[in-house]
Amino acid sequence: MKTIQGVGVSAGIAIGEVRVLDTADHAVERRVVDDPQAEVERFRAARDEAVAQLKQLRDKTAAEFGEGKAELFDTHQLMLQDPDYVESIEDLIAQSKVNAEFAVNSTAEQFAAMFAAMDNSYMQARAADVKDVSRRVINVLEGKRGGAAEDEDGGESRIILAEDLAPSETVQLDRAKVLGFVTAKGSANSHTAILARTMGLPAIIGIGDAFNPDDDGHTAVIDGTSGLVFVDPDEKTLAEYQGKKAKYEEHLRLLQELKGKPTETKSGQKVRLYANIGRPSDVAAVLANDAEGIGLFRSEFLYLESEDYPTEEFQFQAYKEVAQKMGDRLVVIRTLDIGADKQVGYFNLEHEANPALGYRAIRICLTRPEIFKVQLRALLRASVYGNIAIMLPMITSVEEVRDAKKILEEVKEELRGEHIDFNEHIQVGIMIETPASVIMADELAAEVDFFSIGTNDLTQYTLACDRQNPNLGRFADPHSPAVLRMIKMATEAAHRHGIWCGICGELGADLSLTDIFLEIGLDELSVSPTSVLPLRNAIRNH
Amino acid sequence: MSQEFKFTVSDPAGMHARPAGLLVAKAREYESSIIVSYNGKSVDAKRIFGVMGLGVKQGDEVTVKVEGNDEDKAAAEFEQFLKENL
Repeated sequence: MKTIQGVGVSAGIAIGEVRVLDTADHAVERRVVDDPQAEVERFRAARDEAVAQLKQLRDKTAAEFGEGKAELFDTHQLMLQDPDYVESIEDLIAQSKVNAEFAVNSTAEQFAAMFAAMDNSYMQARAADVKDVSRRVINVLEGKRGGAAEDEDGGESRIILAEDLAPSETVQLDRAKVLGFVTAKGSANSHTAILARTMGLPAIIGIGDAFNPDDDGHTAVIDGTSGLVFVDPDEKTLAEYQGKKAKYEEHLRLLQELKGKPTETKSGQKVRLYANIGRPSDVAAVLANDAEGIGLFRSEFLYLESEDYPTEEFQFQAYKEVAQKMGDRLVVIRTLDIGADKQVGYFNLEHEANPALGYRAIRICLTRPEIFKVQLRALLRASVYGNIAIMLPMITSVEEVRDAKKILEEVKEELRGEHIDFNEHIQVGIMIETPASVIMADELAAEVDFFSIGTNDLTQYTLACDRQNPNLGRFADPHSPAVLRMIKMATEAAHRHGIWCGICGELGADLSLTDIFLEIGLDELSVSPTSVLPLRNAIRNH
Repeated sequence: MSQEFKFTVSDPAGMHARPAGLLVAKAREYESSIIVSYNGKSVDAKRIFGVMGLGVKQGDEVTVKVEGNDEDKAAAEFEQFLKENL
């Protein structure tokens, strides 16, 4: 087995036989012609034929991939009709008495060099376009049709391996016979990468010197997410990737089927299906997986990735970005949960014997309100840009909630004084992750707008098992009836007081518990973005 | 006489292949000559390699000069086109 690391530019897994495409630039012969005028005519006829081919390719692309992708081939036609390009070729033929193939090739090299020299990776990638259209003209002159990829191959579907692939070569490949692409060169901006994504085929570029034409006919596994290529995979790798491929395809199928569908059981019980995120860039995955909101936006990244306390403005921009991208969908932002396993140097926290039972989260916020207020101001200011809710972690008593709400009220008053807009009715909820909060759930529910159960910490504190201790596996069972009964108690208390209750811990995505959660009557489940659709599937089948 | 206006490119990729192609196709609808200038270089808007070769990026300001029999119409429509597509 040979393992090659490339750059994955289009996700998916393909397993199959490799077909090496010969797309290398072949040397173009230079000949002296007796009748330059006749040679110019020969070039013009070939150019017209190439433009006609591009017109056909344009229509084929428009039909298969849409108008947007087809416009590239309009641009390709314009390139062949560009007066500078045409003049350069015709001048070469007339003055140097060279054959048309040579004149086209030299001109292509010259124009490609101009793009390659530009200080913009997108434009640099356009050098390939110039060569691509010129190759088409040369092929017509030489009596060949189209690009290398066009030659007929009646056989099985293959993984295409090539030095480089021009966009026209990519679209001309028979989709039914291509499993994926691997190229030695190429860039993530290349049209081949873009088209591969549109075609839903895995693609890997930039394998460089690992490109070997002798791999033709060998079996390969390619993973367009990791960029890995395995030639002649061993049994274990093959089995592993067959499993991954099946899982990925199942995920895609779910995506197609379940996007836009309501999260509702057969008997009509509705559950709000949200996603957990750790930073603003995760929103793309939230939207791609069709989550109905964000049930947990961990604000820690703002603190963990800074050298000093993050400013109000810096936090505001992050919250605003997420709120805007999510539109009217709810975004629950958890206030800082520093301490325990998440340590930050500039907080200057003392070393503790039991950090999980120590100075963390809301305990820091209530003793150092100056830090807490900066975050609350940023959250309130961002609240006018979307549908933000504030969630307080590590609550154990009613006093903590009241104290936090008092600080929030002070911040609101400050903002009113400064005439800064915010959502006056912003929802405030708490994490249910300590046994104390479950025992006091009725009193707490009277104070807040929602509960969200953090199952990881709730398991740790309920079962007295340190999350970080790997030796406690069999004792730290989140399926323990003690934990499930805690979840049930919190949910029932929430409902007695007319507020909603969800789960934002990892347990929410555990499909073996979905039936139990539905029976308990949880209103919301917030899971990692990739778990959203499998969970929607499970709920719809309940 | 000629018509002249300035235009700032807002397309994140600048005057790249697809919009450059649209621009050239549009410029060819008019009899007038249309010259695009940027960074000391002037090119014919009817020539794709010239337009792409300018290397215009997002936020760059270009000057467009239109001269010919249909220059009033061409300048107005071309400016509108740039605003909508670039």
